[in-house]
Amino acid sequence: MHFEYQIEGGNFTRAGFASSEIKKKLKQLNVDLGIVKRTVVATYEAEVNVVAHAYSGTIYVDFDEEKVVIKLVDEGPGIPDIEKAMTEGFSTASSTVREMGFGAGMGLPNMKKNADDLQVSSEVGKGTTVQITMFFQKPDNDK
Amino acid sequence: MTIQQLTEKLNLKVYGGEKGMENEISGGYVSDLLSDVMGNADSGEVWITLQTHKNVMAIASLKDLAAIVLVNNHQPEEDTLAQANEEGIPLLGTPLSTFEVAGKLYELLK
Repeated sequence: MHFEYQIEGGNFTRAGFASSEIKKKLKQLNVDLGIVKRTVVATYEAEVNVVAHAYSGTIYVDFDEEKVVIKLVDEGPGIPDIEKAMTEGFSTASSTVREMGFGAGMGLPNMKKNADDLQVSSEVGKGTTVQITMFFQKPDNDK
Repeated sequence: MTIQQLTEKLNLKVYGGEKGMENEISGGYVSDLLSDVMGNADSGEVWITLQTHKNVMAIASLKDLAAIVLVNNHQPEEDTLAQANEEGIPLLGTPLSTFEVAGKLYELLK
């Protein structure tokens, strides 16, 4: 199954819409509630980052039997230092965004904590791609 | 305890989202940072905040929160209220400060 959603940079009134649609899809598919919750946190943070920092973006969602892959591709300023951006508390958000209670430097750390796999790649001046993978059955590390 | 019962006990104002007044309360969370709530609140909790914009409803819905309490007589923005009604998540208010209302909620739930 494949779905796509558009994200408009700067439009906070729509922030969370795509995450909400993805949550509904996961629930329809009877995905374990704990996994749904983690997916929602990671996806919402990624969606808000596009709204807060980029000009526009697209979310590509692909479900199969084992996993859901949520890929957010944006056109925006990009991230010069991804390692730094992953640091809790580090933020480049504008003061307007901060006053709304966003931009506390918790977005990427929240994504990392909740995603089974998180890939971030970025090109300065072009954009950022964030890929969140959630496995419906956790891979057994003991094997 | 339900949101209805909480509203009566703490004399909270109900701005909207009345469909959810029978939501059961599992706990509370206090924060004005949206990512903090996103990362750390849990379903069924009452979220106490001073943020009044529409994104609080998106968070409440995504996290399946029981209700939102706006402190210090903060009024919800129009689209926040519309979203509360659409989602059926109670949007409540109090003249009390965050500290006071959190303390009272804690007393009721412990």
